[in-house]
Amino acid sequence: MANMNMIQSLNSALDIMLDRDETVLMFGQDVGYFGGVFRVSDGLQAKHGVHRVFDSPLAEGGLAAIAFGMGLNGLRPIVEIQFSDYIFPAYDQIVNEIAKLRHRSGGEFWTPVVVRAPAGGGIRGGHHHSQSPESQFTHTPGLNVVYCSNPYNAKGLLISAIESNDPIIFLEPKRCYRGPFYGDPHNVPTWKDHPDGEVPEEYYKIPLGEARLVEEGSDCTVISWGAMVHVAEQGIRDSGISCDLIDLQSLVPWDRDAVVKSVEKTGRCVIVHEAPKTSGFGAEMAASVQERCFYSLESRIERVTGWDTPFPHSTEWDYMPSPQRIADAIKRTMEG
Amino acid sequence: MQGDESDTGIKPYSVPTAPARPGEQAVFEEWTATPGDLSRPDPATCTSDDTAEHAFGLVRVLDDEHQASGEWHPELSADELRTGLEFMSRLRIFDDRMMKMQRTGKLSFYMRSLGEEAVAIAQTMALEEQDWVFPTYRQPGAQFVRGRSMVSMINHCIGNVEDNIKGRQMPVHYSWREGHFISVSSPVGTQFSQAVGVAMASAYKGDDQVTITWIGDGASAEGDYHYALNFASVFKPPVILNVVNNQWAISTHRNLATGGSNFASRGLAYNIPSIRVDGNDFLALYSVTKWARLRAGAGAGPTHIEVLTYRAAGHSSSDDPSRYRPEGEREAWPGGDPIERLKLHLIAIDEWSEERHSEMEERIDSEVMAAYKEAVTHGDLASGPWPPASTIFTEVYEEVPWHIQEQREELGK
Repeated sequence: MANMNMIQSLNSALDIMLDRDETVLMFGQDVGYFGGVFRVSDGLQAKHGVHRVFDSPLAEGGLAAIAFGMGLNGLRPIVEIQFSDYIFPAYDQIVNEIAKLRHRSGGEFWTPVVVRAPAGGGIRGGHHHSQSPESQFTHTPGLNVVYCSNPYNAKGLLISAIESNDPIIFLEPKRCYRGPFYGDPHNVPTWKDHPDGEVPEEYYKIPLGEARLVEEGSDCTVISWGAMVHVAEQGIRDSGISCDLIDLQSLVPWDRDAVVKSVEKTGRCVIVHEAPKTSGFGAEMAASVQERCFYSLESRIERVTGWDTPFPHSTEWDYMPSPQRIADAIKRTMEG
Repeated sequence: MQGDESDTGIKPYSVPTAPARPGEQAVFEEWTATPGDLSRPDPATCTSDDTAEHAFGLVRVLDDEHQASGEWHPELSADELRTGLEFMSRLRIFDDRMMKMQRTGKLSFYMRSLGEEAVAIAQTMALEEQDWVFPTYRQPGAQFVRGRSMVSMINHCIGNVEDNIKGRQMPVHYSWREGHFISVSSPVGTQFSQAVGVAMASAYKGDDQVTITWIGDGASAEGDYHYALNFASVFKPPVILNVVNNQWAISTHRNLATGGSNFASRGLAYNIPSIRVDGNDFLALYSVTKWARLRAGAGAGPTHIEVLTYRAAGHSSSDDPSRYRPEGEREAWPGGDPIERLKLHLIAIDEWSEERHSEMEERIDSEVMAAYKEAVTHGDLASGPWPPASTIFTEVYEEVPWHIQEQREELGK
């Protein structure tokens, strides 16, 4: 075990997989010599060589296309999109090509691409360094979508993603790279004393499709992912109500059994994500919970989300779900 | 709104149209290039600058009297030429049969390679059999070269139970791993940049495998074309990048794909050796592709080729080109017809005859008909049997995840 922040644990996952499997390679803007703008690939080019960890032209659409071709021809390419906001030039390659290759070719071809992208707000990134685009990908059959939340699950999930034979969109909450985020921008804790900052130095996996029960309670189920898991933790504390907190980790496929079991127990459900509300993955969760747990529900399902507006710069703390909004939503479920 | 009438200053933007439309005389600029005009540079050491004349010129081997000459003459044996002629004829007859079947409702849709048969066939013949072929829907002919059975191809086009891609894509979207023929996809241009990645993987693994890919003049306006050239320029993998300039993208004339009139020379700006070749001249096309294969195999990296040709048929069975292009345009094309030209060359060198050609066509026609009859024993589009509905749910992922399994159970099949 070692104490790691999320950057170090992701770096460790990449390092281990580059060591274990010579078909693994990674590339993207600034990832080679410099080690990435967030330092996730720091030192990996020096250790594994320029053919395995390399810088690329500034062309996300080209990156995804190159990865498609490499994956089809026997490699396991990992692409870093510098900010998930910049993934959209690659959208056609991801949605129409990478996601559909196995099906369209009758299983003759497939491409096990991992697209890593720092996502989410909380770093004063404005419109285009803050978005959380998970639902742009959960709506595309053929993709798995993963959203890690802490150093421990980041490493275990990334190793699973690299070993998967299916393409993966792997979102990393950049606000949590160096510490958890409890919704107060003035409180900047690190992963140093956090149990999820204790990370095995060796290889381990967290299976895709499994949720994580962050804390156990009796009266309400709070479902979240990414940075909002920590904000939800604070919201639950502020509400004073005993809650299950589920960190979904994998959005496609999501952990049906964990969610159903919890909501059947508590009878209440609050979903928290920082992406906009309309057509957000919370809508999928709310619909699925009422389909599967209708007779267990004691109140309406609440969603606490980002607003249906572009992500702001100066006013981002009023954009992102706050502990207060989450606590209020939990209390409303108790009244209803 | 329309700007003023003075000659200087900002004018309304230019909106190109085709040089001729229905009711007008078909026009093409006369070709001045002749065989022997252009040298054949050393493939291993050739630079982009060395190909400037080749990019703006036109590599030809067959002259108007059907004789072959010049440095690019590939010196193929008569047997090899007859094999090429047979593959091209087979593709044309196969296409004709499939088109008839489409017209009688046996296929939902079809796309012919008419007038462009040399493209996939000469170029695939110039490769090694382990090389990756990453086609558009206009290069199905590569499969004949690699030996795919016509029954298997027709099964796909019909979408019957034996379709190897299980009725999931429209006709002509072939996939054939055994022949290193990569799955065709409808979005135009995407394969061009992907092929660079395929080639990079071969280079990384140290495989003696070159990747060839094609894109149309129309799709060369897509970003994927420019990604491909730029990544190929930077990483220099063993890839052959062909722009098939067949003049038309449905009704969109090539002069909307570029403000210039030449596609090959765009590669020069990316520092990639670039050549324009007469795409209806089997020998020239074979020779240029062989040269590009030698370059790739020698570690010299990518080659960019403009294949100058003419789309003699409609874009697809859903298209009626008489609505947007003039009558007689095919006949006016300076490059003629690829099958006719190779046939006349073989006759000119006393290696073929009209009688043998007719006999060959009759033989192929009966083979195509027999293949069709065998394919429909596995079902047809109108009455089935089709692949089972369960194939909707499989191979979306390596394993069927729970949510898709639930949906399959909901369908109950």
